[in-house]
Amino acid sequence: MSIKTIAGVDINVNDEGYMEDASQWTKEIAKEIAKEEGVELSDKHFEVIEFVRGKVAAGEGLTIRGIGKSGVVNAKEFYALFPGAPLKKATKISGVPKPTSCI
Amino acid sequence: MKKLLILGAGTAGTMMANKMRKTLSRTEWDITIVDQFKTHYYQPGFLFIPFGIYKKSDVVKPKNDFFPVGVNVIFSEIDKIEPNDNRVILADGVSLKYDYLLIATGTRTAPEETEGLKGKLWYKEIFDFYTIDGAVALADFFKTWKGGKLVVNITELPYKCPVAPLEFVFFADAFFTERGMRDKVEITYVTPLPGAFTKPRATKMLGELLEQKNINIVPDFNISEVDNDNKKIIDFGGTEIPFDCLVTIPTNLGADCIETSGLGDDMNFVKTDKYTLQQVDYNNIYVIGDAANIPTSKAGSVAHFAAEIVEENLLCAIEGRELTANFDGHANCYIETGYGKGTLIDFNYDTEPLPGSFPFPGLGPFGLLKVTRTNHYGKLLFRWIYWHILLKGKDMPIESEMQMAGKKL
Repeated sequence: MSIKTIAGVDINVNDEGYMEDASQWTKEIAKEIAKEEGVELSDKHFEVIEFVRGKVAAGEGLTIRGIGKSGVVNAKEFYALFPGAPLKKATKISGVPKPTSCI
Repeated sequence: MKKLLILGAGTAGTMMANKMRKTLSRTEWDITIVDQFKTHYYQPGFLFIPFGIYKKSDVVKPKNDFFPVGVNVIFSEIDKIEPNDNRVILADGVSLKYDYLLIATGTRTAPEETEGLKGKLWYKEIFDFYTIDGAVALADFFKTWKGGKLVVNITELPYKCPVAPLEFVFFADAFFTERGMRDKVEITYVTPLPGAFTKPRATKMLGELLEQKNINIVPDFNISEVDNDNKKIIDFGGTEIPFDCLVTIPTNLGADCIETSGLGDDMNFVKTDKYTLQQVDYNNIYVIGDAANIPTSKAGSVAHFAAEIVEENLLCAIEGRELTANFDGHANCYIETGYGKGTLIDFNYDTEPLPGSFPFPGLGPFGLLKVTRTNHYGKLLFRWIYWHILLKGKDMPIESEMQMAGKKL
């Protein structure tokens, strides 16, 4: 764990840059992290982020299928918004832990 | 009479019917098990069929051979569970009341979830091997195949028996080598995971095996559709991979009746407490095997280890005591690596697969994360153990809780 200054605030992050405390998250911080990931945040991005944060706050798992069925975006749109590794990028920008795959 | 109702007579349900009939008094408890199918498949054997090692008759037996005396058996589809009324409605409208419900409805492959997967090439040049029909069709195809691009693709997580696709490519490498045509077959392993497996040490070990065997790996690939005309799979990001033969591990879903009952997650797996194995909203419903959404492998070994936990907790609940058993997510998987050898992994919720020996520290006879001949014989021997010991709910000389002794950190 280390401390990183994002948008002028000291934030606890893990080795991969994921925020450790979701309550420290603000829209400004999201924009900063997104920039590092090469993503410019639009209103649609924030709708997805809201969905992601809501799921995590409710203690539910996140999957590409779940987001594709969310009614906010479908899977293809989700990929277009967060290119490459959408789930990893979206969670990082949303200030929640990286989803683990457990098999 | 009090009623224990078991939904699903696969590995987990059959095992539990045997265990509970021994444990619960016949004068006080009525046990009923429901399943839509009459045939029991030895599913770990499906993997061997495409390569001609097993045939269909090696992996099928009637379910009726494995139920104990004193259990009511109903062959029927299940319409829905009504947990607030403690009853289950069958497809023909019959209603079954229960005091305790045990859900063991498993998972099924759902190729229809991916666009183009069940298109014109299905069972012609596109196959699965997680169903008996797919495994047999693929065996026939391989008999006369002249070679080309063999692509093995995992659609999405979670899927049953997470090591089977790796075993499949290891077997394919050996199979085509032995037929003298390995140079004509390009094998590619395409996965949504970032590597060969999820956890660091097993991923490294298995990734190196892929490399040694000249098997390509394409990680982080989430399939969006199959282009049947141009024989390509395409991911959501637009990456395309051409194939001459596609072996798919389709989306896995829980039973439809879980969805209609509102007890599941978005893939119809039952929301389950990962320690007590109770359904999260109803404390007289327990869940075992692939049907549960607990974060561990969907595999027979997990169902086997979980069976002791469910049995203990059910007894606690019935006797009005606090639940005393906690599941640790223990899984134990033999991995065939081809040429009469295999490796073995043993892990749980908190401990990744580690190298060492199993089950006896220092002695084995099985080697963890090592490729040995004994591991392969362990897997072959397991078919006998499965039919004669495991399904009958008898004890095995392996602790249900994962042991650290014999493992190297």
